[in-house]
Amino acid sequence: MSVIADIAVTILLILGAGFALIGSWGLVRLPSTMERLHGPTKATTLGLGALLIASVVYFQARLGIWTAHELLISLFLFVTAPISANMIAKVHLHRRRTHAAGEPESIAGPPPRPSEAGDWATFEVPIDRPSPTYEGRDIE
Amino acid sequence: MKRLLPHPGLSAMLLIVWLLMANTITVGGVVLGGIFALILPKFTQPFWPDRPRMRFGRAFLGYLAIVLFDIVVANFQVAWLILFRRNRDLRARWLVVPVDLSTPEAITMLAGTISLTPGTVSSDVSADGRYLLIHALDVADEAAEVARIKSRYEARLQRIFA
Repeated sequence: MSVIADIAVTILLILGAGFALIGSWGLVRLPSTMERLHGPTKATTLGLGALLIASVVYFQARLGIWTAHELLISLFLFVTAPISANMIAKVHLHRRRTHAAGEPESIAGPPPRPSEAGDWATFEVPIDRPSPTYEGRDIE
Repeated sequence: MKRLLPHPGLSAMLLIVWLLMANTITVGGVVLGGIFALILPKFTQPFWPDRPRMRFGRAFLGYLAIVLFDIVVANFQVAWLILFRRNRDLRARWLVVPVDLSTPEAITMLAGTISLTPGTVSSDVSADGRYLLIHALDVADEAAEVARIKSRYEARLQRIFA
């Protein structure tokens, strides 16, 4: 029983560490900000998931304790990871639009407009709620 | 019943998270968690002026299962792309997905799902809230990818937020 658990923990640890490594390698080698965003956001999902399952199995097999903290970690991660990725993407879009120095364009080119009339929320402030930070500043 | 539990989903989540934090199930823990689950939704009720109705039934569980399955499968795909695809062969694209969901909560869940499933990151929402801007790492057929997101995730969310 203990041997089977050890093998399972080892496989899960190697799988998780491998995905974390591949995610980091993606961060280094992909061409620009938007593509690089894909690398580390992936390592957090499956890589971390495998490491957390390994932790649950280890504590159960070795110490006979059922732990549930790992479930909470993955829950909080699933809630926060898309938000941080979205923030980075929005900063990238804004810096491209303002021609900030040193912001590389995605190999997908500039983003298309959503429709003829409107624009993305990063660029457009609702008229009934003007944002004070945009006043007197040229966004285009 | 409605006055006692104005937000049953939030109450259930608070109790479950409290018990997971404590890492044990004891009578004291359940009572204390139960008190929080009763009091906190009452005090935070003004934060949700017109919150949407959600169904936590079979549709919700099915959605969770499909998203978890997609995360695992797509992780291997992205790992493959990172390891073996040359940069100039990457077909990175911006996708504009028209959204039929109406409540901000439902759109947030769709955007979060898209970001969690590897290979796509939701980058922005249009100012009128009717389109999502998505960056995809490698797509062969843009229209097919948009249709896949709409039929696989959005249609199911529409049933949950009915």
